[in-house]
Amino acid sequence: MKYTAKAAISALALTVAGVAHAEPQAEVLHWWTAGGEAKAVAVLQEEFSENGGTWTDMPVAGGGGDAAMTALRARVLSGNAPTAVQLKGPAIQEWYEEGVLADISSVAEAEGWADVLPAQIAEHMKCEGSWCAAPVNVHRVDWIWANKSVLDANGIEMPTTWDEFNAAAEKLKAAGVIPLAHGGQSWQDATVFETVVLGLGGPEFFQKALVDLDQDALTSDTMVKVFDEMRILRGYVDDNFSGRDWNLATAMVMNGEAAFQIMGDWAKGEFLAAGKVPGEDFLCAATPGEGYLYNVDSFAMFDVDGDDKKAGQELLAKLIVGPNFQKVFNLNKGSIPVRTDVSLDEFDDCAVKSSEDMKASAENGSLLPSYAHGMALRGAQSGAITDVVTAHFNSDMSSEDAVKMLADAVANSM
Amino acid sequence: MAKWFETHLPKIVLAPSFIAVLIFVYGFIGWTAWVSLTRSKLMPRYEIDGFIQYDRLFASPRWDTAMNNLYIFGGMFIVISLVLGLILAILLDQQIRVEGAIRTIYLYPMALSMIVTGTAWKWILNPGLGVQAMVQGWGFENFKFDWLVNPDMAIYTVVMAAIWQSSGFVMALFLAGLRSVDTEIIRAAQIDGIPTWRVYTAIIIPSMAPIFLSAFIVLAHLAIKSFDLVIALTGGGPGYATDLPATYMYAMAFSRGDVGQAASSAMIMMMVIFIIVVPYLYSELRAKK
Repeated sequence: MKYTAKAAISALALTVAGVAHAEPQAEVLHWWTAGGEAKAVAVLQEEFSENGGTWTDMPVAGGGGDAAMTALRARVLSGNAPTAVQLKGPAIQEWYEEGVLADISSVAEAEGWADVLPAQIAEHMKCEGSWCAAPVNVHRVDWIWANKSVLDANGIEMPTTWDEFNAAAEKLKAAGVIPLAHGGQSWQDATVFETVVLGLGGPEFFQKALVDLDQDALTSDTMVKVFDEMRILRGYVDDNFSGRDWNLATAMVMNGEAAFQIMGDWAKGEFLAAGKVPGEDFLCAATPGEGYLYNVDSFAMFDVDGDDKKAGQELLAKLIVGPNFQKVFNLNKGSIPVRTDVSLDEFDDCAVKSSEDMKASAENGSLLPSYAHGMALRGAQSGAITDVVTAHFNSDMSSEDAVKMLADAVANSM
Repeated sequence: MAKWFETHLPKIVLAPSFIAVLIFVYGFIGWTAWVSLTRSKLMPRYEIDGFIQYDRLFASPRWDTAMNNLYIFGGMFIVISLVLGLILAILLDQQIRVEGAIRTIYLYPMALSMIVTGTAWKWILNPGLGVQAMVQGWGFENFKFDWLVNPDMAIYTVVMAAIWQSSGFVMALFLAGLRSVDTEIIRAAQIDGIPTWRVYTAIIIPSMAPIFLSAFIVLAHLAIKSFDLVIALTGGGPGYATDLPATYMYAMAFSRGDVGQAASSAMIMMMVIFIIVVPYLYSELRAKK
């Protein structure tokens, strides 16, 4: 009797294990909880269940991902990491160094990721040569947005150099329009700063200064000029900018209170949501200068136990980079597909331009990671730079002092 | 058995909370001290590496700003709250009508959370929405009150909001103190024809010394740990002009993945509290003997 009971239990256990094996499982930690982003994630969730997987959603909102990172730390410390986590840039490498990421090279090779992803971006997804993360989208950071009717009324063309921008801004200021809509939050200051670095210094200088943290570049005359330009830009911002959220600044451009905004292409989502048409109501252009600053969202794959979870991880990675998801997700989120072979028929003009520029700059080597959005540097280093940028922008510090402080801060953050 | 139980019952009852305090307070202080001596980045690591984090901390201009702000904020907040609370208490102590209602009104800010206080003051002080816009709307076009967005003055807006929040509470403490002063002495002084202000400065206020000390300790630890008010009111800005040690620590630990740096700043904060509290404990314990 006892014996049969035992046999029955073990048979039951076997069937349970068998069922679990057949079904890919994925627990996904992310902070896309609002508006278009939440819709975009739902697309992935649907596709995952259509392929027979069970998706356990783990959304942690708040603090631009800070809250999610705290949750992740707790999960990893307790030895129970989620299957996939929304991570990007050097943060992927940081977690790899903690020894908790999985190897998904088999999926990447089977799907031929290396052929469809720009090489610079693919590099972020690899940990010491093997693939450990799947890219979702590309946001371009170095955009300048403008209100078309305000520009037309003042006879201004979209600026192609910073001098042209300054001239246009003076004209607008005289006409009583706020030239630059800006929110005084440190990451927004940093966003403007990096576009100025790219515009005045060029791609090579950007690489040296904000990616390699070369001390000579950081203390160079070019960097002094960058801070000079930041001081000029400070004069084009209204007095009430402190602490303003980026979408309120976008709204100022939308209703003609301000002429320009320098912001990544998530600002486009605000324009489109308000029913504005690119080229008619608002204009998009790259910030003055050449180059392309990307901000790529991705999912890092964590080491998990169990075949069902591993199967889920592989399915998830395959779907994320798959052409269908890349298209639907990015239409919802306002970014562009990271794959270069997705048809852009349904995308708007700004997105098409972004994609063309990405391909072109990938070839001539000016495709660069955004420092302000955590693609180029680790948290401690990018934070140290942002501290200096925002301290300079919000005070009357001289450019020479700022450059010195920048070099010290970077050295101190290592 | 019953007797054993009777003698040991207090210990048994206290043991769980004693153990909890031992682990969750002193244990974690020790853990933080350890981590502050390592090169921990994203996750805590345990290889001791000297005082590198403290060197980095003291070389950081942002930490300098945070400590300076703590001195400005702490000093002004404590002194002004004490003075204002005392004045309010003395005025309320003049046997006036509807004292209960007025007392409640002054005490009410204390019932709000710092987040609410911060948000409300953020709107009041916002140059485009609040006081400045209102006075300009009355026709005084040149009126300027932009402390909230001025990096040199922004810390004083934090002081203002904090004083508004806490001075009512200090008033209540002092009012209780004033009521506990022996009325016989005051009457005797009045019979001798001593003026009221002398009665206050020479008799009543000195006899309230212990209340000053408690109010000081309460306000000092509020000042050192204040975090939510800054986050709600200025977000640490403009730039990092209103950073306090607590917001610095939060930024390092949760936004920047620099756990070692956060731990070292936490240790410094604790030492500041020790510097204030230890003399107090010392004097208290000595007085008991």
